[in-house]
Amino acid sequence: MAVIAEPVAADVKRGSLWSRAFESRHFLGAMFMVPAIAILILFLAYPLALGFWLGMTDTKIGGVGRYIGFANFVSLSKDSVFWLSVFNTIFYTVFASIVKFAIGLYLALLLNERLPFKSMVRAIVLLPFVVPTVLSAIAFWWIYDSQFSIISWVLIKAGLLTHYIDFLGDPWNARWSVVLANIWRGVPFVAITLLAGLQTISPSLYEAANLDGATNLQRFRHITLPMLSPIIAVVMTFSVLMTFTDFQLIYTITRGGPINATHLMATLSFQRAITGGNLGEGAAISNAMIPFLVAAILLSFFGLQRSRWQQGGRD
Amino acid sequence: MSSVQIRDVRKSFGNFEVLHGVSIPIEDGQFVVLVGPSGCGKSTLLRMLAGLENITSGTISIGDRVVNNVQPKERDIAMVFQNYALYPHMTVGENMGFSLKLRNAGSDEINKRVKRAAEILALTPLLERYPRQLSGGQRQRVAMGRAIVRDPQVFLFDEPLSNLDAKLRVAMRTEIKELHQRLKTTTVYVTHDQIEAMTMADKIVVMHDGIVEQMGTPLELYDKPENQFVAGFIGSPAMNFLKGHVRVNGVATFEGPNGVKLPLRNAPANSDGKPVVYGVRPEHFTIADDGADAEIVVVEPTGSETQVFAKVGGEQVVAVFRERHQFNPGDKVKLKPDPALVHLFDEATGKRM
Repeated sequence: MAVIAEPVAADVKRGSLWSRAFESRHFLGAMFMVPAIAILILFLAYPLALGFWLGMTDTKIGGVGRYIGFANFVSLSKDSVFWLSVFNTIFYTVFASIVKFAIGLYLALLLNERLPFKSMVRAIVLLPFVVPTVLSAIAFWWIYDSQFSIISWVLIKAGLLTHYIDFLGDPWNARWSVVLANIWRGVPFVAITLLAGLQTISPSLYEAANLDGATNLQRFRHITLPMLSPIIAVVMTFSVLMTFTDFQLIYTITRGGPINATHLMATLSFQRAITGGNLGEGAAISNAMIPFLVAAILLSFFGLQRSRWQQGGRD
Repeated sequence: MSSVQIRDVRKSFGNFEVLHGVSIPIEDGQFVVLVGPSGCGKSTLLRMLAGLENITSGTISIGDRVVNNVQPKERDIAMVFQNYALYPHMTVGENMGFSLKLRNAGSDEINKRVKRAAEILALTPLLERYPRQLSGGQRQRVAMGRAIVRDPQVFLFDEPLSNLDAKLRVAMRTEIKELHQRLKTTTVYVTHDQIEAMTMADKIVVMHDGIVEQMGTPLELYDKPENQFVAGFIGSPAMNFLKGHVRVNGVATFEGPNGVKLPLRNAPANSDGKPVVYGVRPEHFTIADDGADAEIVVVEPTGSETQVFAKVGGEQVVAVFRERHQFNPGDKVKLKPDPALVHLFDEATGKRM
């Protein structure tokens, strides 16, 4: 650290209050933090606090609500559609996350090998991530269309089916369909991030394991997986958070239908608050997501804590 | 323990051949050092021996078995990597016992063998630590411990000391040699440091540009280098080379640059007037009245000896003296090589004459 010379007393007296303030480290430090704090308060803390408050009121669009305590939550707890959306959200998150992880890890392992046209394959893997979400959702909407679905068409032409599949009309078909669309969209993120993690593992570790007598499976189990676990924790936290709060795909493909079978908490909140005008109730639904998200974050926080082998000692 | 035979081994990466037919016999229990400048193919050869690189042609056998198509894990060899390649998520004990665990050895046996290896290497107090918590020298010892636990046919070392500081390197050198004397396992050791090669090896293999320049015991290589490359590579400070001609005029002499005359014990047959390279090791110079004129340029005392850089016939040479001469830059002295210890090389082929 550079040594900061003490200002001479006589100089300080000559300066105005303003210029003296700028010589104070504390004042300057506070000034430098103002923009960041302003952005955080304006765009993060205020909306969050407003959301909390709205959830405690019966505000409707265009009207000023009054404080009603936990009445919104009480009525939601008796609302079967709300509980259906909770079930849908958990179903959607659990299945999509597990499959995204499995496919992403598989692709990452594959791309980490010596492959012909490797960079081209990598670019192709990234494609779903590059396409705007709503555009890909519209594409899926067509793929799942009850009359024009290419899947049904191909299967019928191949003689495997006699009539078109009602992808989005049947509750369970619709649930699996949106899960599939989410998987398609989310795999690149998982694959590319895990690939970056794989590339940090020194090849000599695999060579050493090879000489130690490890089979491919043992190398994966004893080297790859433990070395990759910190990255897996980060990726899966993000993946779970993004899936849990997904809105665009569902809203574009099914709008929550049929008969609320694909409503997630996010889409239900939007429907009640904006479409239905009940801002208070919608906010309450959004607030109900918070415990789930906090649980996911806590889980990853403990997962992310540096394992004992990662800390201490010189490098 | 086992002998190793490397027969006419070649290695190409695409169209680029890096090893041009290398043959090295290694006896059971021998400590062989492959030494050469970087890019000479020594590490590639070691990795081929380990099974980490394919063999383009030729054969490698360990014991009586040709291992060209044998998987690394079935070759029964252990390797110490340059960066140690310790598993960072395992403790020292787990690192050392990993190969046994993969072979489904019982935990009693693993503990017993890890403990024994740890005692040999003085690692017992560190068994619960993680690699990150160890110093370079300790990591190096863990890497060796991992090899010892296996009790393999052959130990392979790939420049294991190059990541250590100078003092530790000297200490570990002795430790590895002592370990070999105790275990007597056949060892192949790769290094670019000729001092490591000289001090540790039973047999040194000097490699250069994908061929073997010379094999032999350290002192054979030092006393009778077969060519100018080996002569210049082995020994520190390096051998001095002066270009010139042999003159046989009753007495054989070497006529160097700017008419400098240096003594020869005897001239090779039919060598009168032949262009040669005259090689003399720095430690084989003496100060003598009948020596060649030299002007001192730099004097570097190291305590035990003094290195003197001087101009002889306009060429710079290095001489090393154990006696404490009082030299100053600019002094004129007479330097005389010991004729019995002088090396002559054919200037065209570089071969020893």
